Amino acid sequence: MAKPIATLRSATNIPTGRLAVWWLLASEIVIFGGLLASYIMHRLGHPEFGDYASHTNTLLGGINTFVLLTSSYFAVRAHFEAEHGRGATAAKWLYATIGGAVAFLCIKSYEWTHEISEGFTITKNAFWSFYYIAAGLHGLHVIGGALIMFIVAQDAKKNRELQRVELVGLYWHFVDVVWIFLFPLLYIAK
Amino acid sequence: MATPHEHAHPPDEHGHDHGAGHDHGHHPQSFWSKYVFSIDHKMIAMQYMFTGLAMGIIGAYFSYVFRMQLAYPGHHVPGYGVVSAAEYNMLVTNHGTVMIFWLAMPVLIAAFGNYLIPLMLGCDDMVFPRLNRLSYQIFLLSALVLIYSWFVQGGGFGGAWTAYPPLSAKSQYNLTPAGSSLWVVAVALEFVAFLIGGINFVTTAMNSRAPGMKMFDMPIVIWMIVLASMLFMGSVGPLVAGAVMLLFDQTIGTSFYDPVHGGDPILWQHLFWFFGHPEVYVVLLPATGIVAEIITVFSRKKLFAYKTVLYTAFGTGVLSFFVWAHHQFIAGIDPRMANVFTATTVLISIPIAEMMFVFVATLYGGSIRLTVPMLWALAFIAEFMIGGVTGIFLGSSGSDIYFHDTYFVLAHFHFTFVPIAFISVMAGISYWYPKMFGRMLNETLGKIHFWGTIIPFNGIFIPLFLTGMAGDHRRIYNYNNFPELATEHMVHLREFATVSLLVLLAFQVVFIINFFVSLKSGKVAGNNPWNANTLEWQAPSPPPHGNFAELPNCYRGPYEYSSPNREKDYWPQNESV
Repeated sequence: MAKPIATLRSATNIPTGRLAVWWLLASEIVIFGGLLASYIMHRLGHPEFGDYASHTNTLLGGINTFVLLTSSYFAVRAHFEAEHGRGATAAKWLYATIGGAVAFLCIKSYEWTHEISEGFTITKNAFWSFYYIAAGLHGLHVIGGALIMFIVAQDAKKNRELQRVELVGLYWHFVDVVWIFLFPLLYIAK
Repeated sequence: MATPHEHAHPPDEHGHDHGAGHDHGHHPQSFWSKYVFSIDHKMIAMQYMFTGLAMGIIGAYFSYVFRMQLAYPGHHVPGYGVVSAAEYNMLVTNHGTVMIFWLAMPVLIAAFGNYLIPLMLGCDDMVFPRLNRLSYQIFLLSALVLIYSWFVQGGGFGGAWTAYPPLSAKSQYNLTPAGSSLWVVAVALEFVAFLIGGINFVTTAMNSRAPGMKMFDMPIVIWMIVLASMLFMGSVGPLVAGAVMLLFDQTIGTSFYDPVHGGDPILWQHLFWFFGHPEVYVVLLPATGIVAEIITVFSRKKLFAYKTVLYTAFGTGVLSFFVWAHHQFIAGIDPRMANVFTATTVLISIPIAEMMFVFVATLYGGSIRLTVPMLWALAFIAEFMIGGVTGIFLGSSGSDIYFHDTYFVLAHFHFTFVPIAFISVMAGISYWYPKMFGRMLNETLGKIHFWGTIIPFNGIFIPLFLTGMAGDHRRIYNYNNFPELATEHMVHLREFATVSLLVLLAFQVVFIINFFVSLKSGKVAGNNPWNANTLEWQAPSPPPHGNFAELPNCYRGPYEYSSPNREKDYWPQNESV
């Protein structure tokens, strides 16, 4: 589909796609912000949340933090290659980023299976409700990001729509940053 | 539908975009691609508008049924039957939900936004046409889910549009296990639709203005729709999270709002009103934008203090994030917090009052033309002032303790919201109808409809201020069960309100007839029937796919009326000297 002229204009000198992704992230920040603010208010009012949090697996959470940060580095490499017009290489780095997402989800599944088998389910109490819903919402973003990166990589391979490599990278950094907030709040604060 | 052969150019050195109108529209479109899966912003605007107005008819029907129950408790309601208590709760809940989320939002923001943003900015479409289509499709799905929720086992949700837990969270309390979950899903989907649409609106306004159009050359209504979209994006996030939490509390038994297991029911109230109060301004700002356009055009005078209007809108937007707890004065919040929220609430009336003064100042000394759109715009100012002034009693925590949850609140709210969702919508439709459909509405029928709406509107809600002050609680299904509220005087006031509603509804038939008859036999409008300056009037009526034969440049602000240096009393934005 040809793009309307509206899409090609740039009164702010910021490409339309990048502008839109920033607005998307702004609205996402408020979603996670509301969730985390609610959690923090509960956490402050319920010291016993600290005891519950001691049942989370800090080591695996830490490894996952490392995995996500590494995948963000791959996303930066993809952006670098795309900027220089090397779509095929950019696609390879995007696949590496997707690999990071998959590793993250595998570790997450192992963690959750373990916790659920010990009886710490989403209905156990408010802490575990928050734990699963915050990490779950984040996990959905990881899955969504991986799918979008896959689609972008298909175009990038053929040197098409290379600007999207940067845009999906922006999104991926955001997913990363959300985890940087979740990890200390849910795992470390005991 | 666009084709791969189409060649769209970026603006060239001289700033003209050529050929937009020529490439489009040459290919025959099937019914489906033209009306159902269209990516044209005008068609999507129409989809939003007609879906919104259809939902509005449903919401009006609900109000008819429960007002009949209130005036004549236990009697058979013509066209419905006997109203049970559960049905009554479902009707009031969904009346509120529909009117706010499925009438005001889609018509004021999505329909007018989609229609006006590209046209008034002088471009051919929104920046993301397919995202635009997706936004409408999600919105339509949300409407269908809501409608479906009224017919499931146990009936539709009846826990008020604010959906406070524990009533909304536990089916053993609300008795609508399926209805309440579907309600949450519908509202959440609606939010998603407007988040997607909002990103499109904001990005289009920032990036796709006609060459030469600066930020402060944009018509006020575009600013207001964009600011409203930003307010929505900034406030709805926590409630999206909160809605998922509520859904999980309802369906899988989490305990976010359950104090027994470490949750907190007040959390929902905070999340809801942190969104809910800015939401008032999300719908108010586009309404004031519409009024600003109409008042300026029909005063034949420059808008008084363009930038002041914007600064008041910014001020309102920022302040609107700090007033939410005035809905919770009796919910057990700290009285010191109540003082803070009283102060912020009273403060927010300042920018809004200033905006109203600006409109009055624009009228002053103008050559005022009392056309139908102008009547609606003036009525907006008059009626909204009543709503605003009565709000001060509710924003002050001392008096609110008495007024809380009475019909006084309800009357106040409707004196703000009916001007927004009804009066300004009518102003907008009657003003842009010639552009949308190429023909004029009938002025006489329009005036009959106007007076037949405004007079009974006051007849509905002024009595409700009185019953509220006399102690009518707003959640009562049958006042006969409360002898001290079932006095002859009170019964008469309730009957007067209900009869006024019937009169108001009857006069809407005039509008519907006018709308459809004028489509065929109205006077042909021409491009610019109101002699207005903004760019949408420089396009053909109705604008073709691609909007302009040649995309316009912009040379000045939108409100240059009655300039002494010109023969004509208007000066379109795209006319060089």
